[in-house]
Amino acid sequence: MDLNLSESELEFQQSLRNWLSKNCPKPWAGKQRGPDHINYLRDWQRTLYDGGWAGIHWPKEYGGRGATPIEQAIFQEEMARANAPEQISVIGLMIVGPTIIAVGTEEQKKRYLEKILSCEEIWCQGFSEPNAGSDLASLSTRAVEDGDHFVVNGQKIWTSFAHIADWCLLLARTNPNVPKHKGLTALLVDMHSPGVEAKPLRQMSGEADFNEVFFTNARVPKANVFGQINDGWTSAVATLMNERANLGSGLYVLSKKFFEGLVERAKEHLSASQSVTKDPIARQRIAQAFVELEVYRLNTLRALSKLSKMGMPGPEGSILKLFWSEMNQRTNQIAMEILGLEGQLKSVDDGKWVFNYLRCRANTIEGGTSEIMKNIIAQRVLGMPKSY
Amino acid sequence: MDFDFSQEQRLLQETARSFFTQECSTKRVRELMATPTSSDDKLWSALTEQGWTGMTLSEEVGGLGFGLVDLCVVAEEMGRACLPGPFFSTYWAAALLENAGTPAQRKPLLEAIASGDKKSTVAWLEHGTDWKPESIAMTATTDGDNVLLTGRKVFVTDAASADVILVVVRQGKSWAVAPVPSNAKGLAIRDLVSMDETRKLSDVTLEEVTIKESQLLAVAKADDLQRANDIASVVLCAELVGVMQLLMEMSIEYAKSRQQFDKPIGSFQGVQHQCADMLLYTESSRSAAYYAAWALGTRDASASQAAAIAKAYCSEAGRLVGNHACQVHGGIGFTWEHDLHLYYKRTKLAEVLLGPPTFHRERIAAIILDT
Ligand SMILES: Cc1cc2nc3c(=O)[nH]c(=O)nc-3n(C[C@H](O)[C@H](O)[C@H](O)COP(=O)(O)OP(=O)(O)OC[C@H]3O[C@@H](n4cnc5c(N)ncnc54)[C@H](O)[C@@H]3O)c2cc1C
Repeated sequence: MDLNLSESELEFQQSLRNWLSKNCPKPWAGKQRGPDHINYLRDWQRTLYDGGWAGIHWPKEYGGRGATPIEQAIFQEEMARANAPEQISVIGLMIVGPTIIAVGTEEQKKRYLEKILSCEEIWCQGFSEPNAGSDLASLSTRAVEDGDHFVVNGQKIWTSFAHIADWCLLLARTNPNVPKHKGLTALLVDMHSPGVEAKPLRQMSGEADFNEVFFTNARVPKANVFGQINDGWTSAVATLMNERANLGSGLYVLSKKFFEGLVERAKEHLSASQSVTKDPIARQRIAQAFVELEVYRLNTLRALSKLSKMGMPGPEGSILKLFWSEMNQRTNQIAMEILGLEGQLKSVDDGKWVFNYLRCRANTIEGGTSEIMKNIIAQRVLGMPKSY
Repeated sequence: MDFDFSQEQRLLQETARSFFTQECSTKRVRELMATPTSSDDKLWSALTEQGWTGMTLSEEVGGLGFGLVDLCVVAEEMGRACLPGPFFSTYWAAALLENAGTPAQRKPLLEAIASGDKKSTVAWLEHGTDWKPESIAMTATTDGDNVLLTGRKVFVTDAASADVILVVVRQGKSWAVAPVPSNAKGLAIRDLVSMDETRKLSDVTLEEVTIKESQLLAVAKADDLQRANDIASVVLCAELVGVMQLLMEMSIEYAKSRQQFDKPIGSFQGVQHQCADMLLYTESSRSAAYYAAWALGTRDASASQAAAIAKAYCSEAGRLVGNHACQVHGGIGFTWEHDLHLYYKRTKLAEVLLGPPTFHRERIAAIILDT
């Protein structure tokens, strides 16, 4: 066990630091999630790409840097240190891209990967349906062969960024006559093609990041089949694994920035005519949030160490998503306790506290609910008997 | 960077596990905990033959010169075995000596610890004080070439078996450590009856206990004292990781075999989810404990903060894992006959020993809020 950075890791860190000191933009101060904010985030992604810092964990031949898992962790920590904005094309970079690299054909890799890195094309993930959430394999959107095309009919829901996306990784049923996991096919669907319509759904936070997506006789060329026909479940599982593994570590940045913002705000916030940071209970609560944040960081580092040695994360990897989502909810709760009525105001810090508090409710739902994560841990990691 | 055991550490883990399987079954634990010291010569000499009391001590004093992470690998196995007796207290004493007095003063004391000749412990708390060095009030008064110690130290771990008690006293703006033989004139040890019988607690009163002034080991800075407690805390956390791992394994095994409603109870989600939470707490504690061990061992700038984080986190996690384990076992887990309570009680003492989570969170708050 040696937690010092190696020479090459230090070099990596230094060159990233140098680059960030010249290129990192000022933090976004306006309304969250409006078109201006989206453009700001797109520009940032493009800057990262131009500097060679987008998708660093991808292999070199596909425009990445072939960064090791540890370098990815360094990348995240440096992004947090520089207070850099989040990456808008996160679904492409973290979920769809790595799955294309693993499962896609050579033509697909050439066609899609570069444009994900440069943020020229934004992706969404069309898995969930009104009647297929946790039980994803029961989905009913149909894709029927018609010459050299598939014709798609059905509805997806909760599809994040579909309203700004150019492409969709879609999971559809191609064979209804076999057990539910066996008749699915993954398709790469052009969101601008006829018969595809995204309707934003307003979230409880007031923003509309996710959508309903309707497919009405949408035609998808067979060249866009992803993986094997009727073997879509394999691609779907690969995607979900990427989602849970990569989002897990990437989210550290957001949490760290959020925590630092909380400390700053708390120092200024008055309670009983003095800074709330003098209050013993507030001190305990803030310290607890920090303890959890640090432990989360360490869990991530351990999982990444295993990943670089074994090619897969150990049992500690399976807890990352669960840990992060529940931690983020607790930290947001602490923020609300500290800020009192001020935390209710959309005028304070451009509504950041209101937005984050509401948004974090979804953390234990999106990407697999906490209950599903615990089922997976119990049944697949701990080897307990299956209950369904 | 590699946050995983090395090949050597894995070997050490295997050695330690088979050692404790051999020497420290829970049957032995039960026999020993029923004695006033919860230890005996046989187990102690088996332990010291491994060199573990001198694991991180320098070769000059007869130690093995290993790192703190290596020690934690062994401590984790000690937790898994619910090892009773004064190993932990002795190591705490060794950590305290690391930054106390002159090399010549420490040498004989550390040699006696490394060889296993002298079981040792630390007398820190006083009536109504906490774990901050600043709260220590007892002093040593000079009397010719001697110093006299008078006062009361409370909740001293393993005083009942210790040969040497390191009494921490105040010396104006700094501190000193007085190594007092447990049979010294004027020293009285009153054993306390407490929850965890594998780790005894005592009240120690001193009435003009006399040692040579030349034997008094000066400690200049509060940080040096804190470092000793940080090291001891991390050893305790590593032990807790072993305790949690065992409680989790015990619960999963039981949940797979116990049948109700014609099914193993492990197929019920209410049970599965408690086990999943146990994994989360255990693995997260492991991350926190080993990071702190590495940071303290290499004197990384984050060391003290990392120790506070580990102690705050592992203390709570240990309690929660214990509670889940107890729940998953149903009535059988509440019996004296079942081994669960041995481990359960271990988590409960470890939670408050060397400072409860609130104490360590306040340390963290001071770092992040007051600077
Ligand atoms: C903000 C947000 C963004 C999202 N983005 C996307 C996206 O981009 N693409 C996409 O495809 N999907 C997306 N989703 C959908 C998400 O993956 C699903 O919401 C999630 O899988 C749960 O499905 P559901 O909403 O149908 O809830 P349900 O599956 O109906 O679950 C309802 C409740 O029942 C519990 N439950 C269900 N089954 C079990 C079980 N077997 N054991 C125990 N409890 C169970 C759940 O844990 C939950 O508490 C997003 C969701 C949110 C909230």
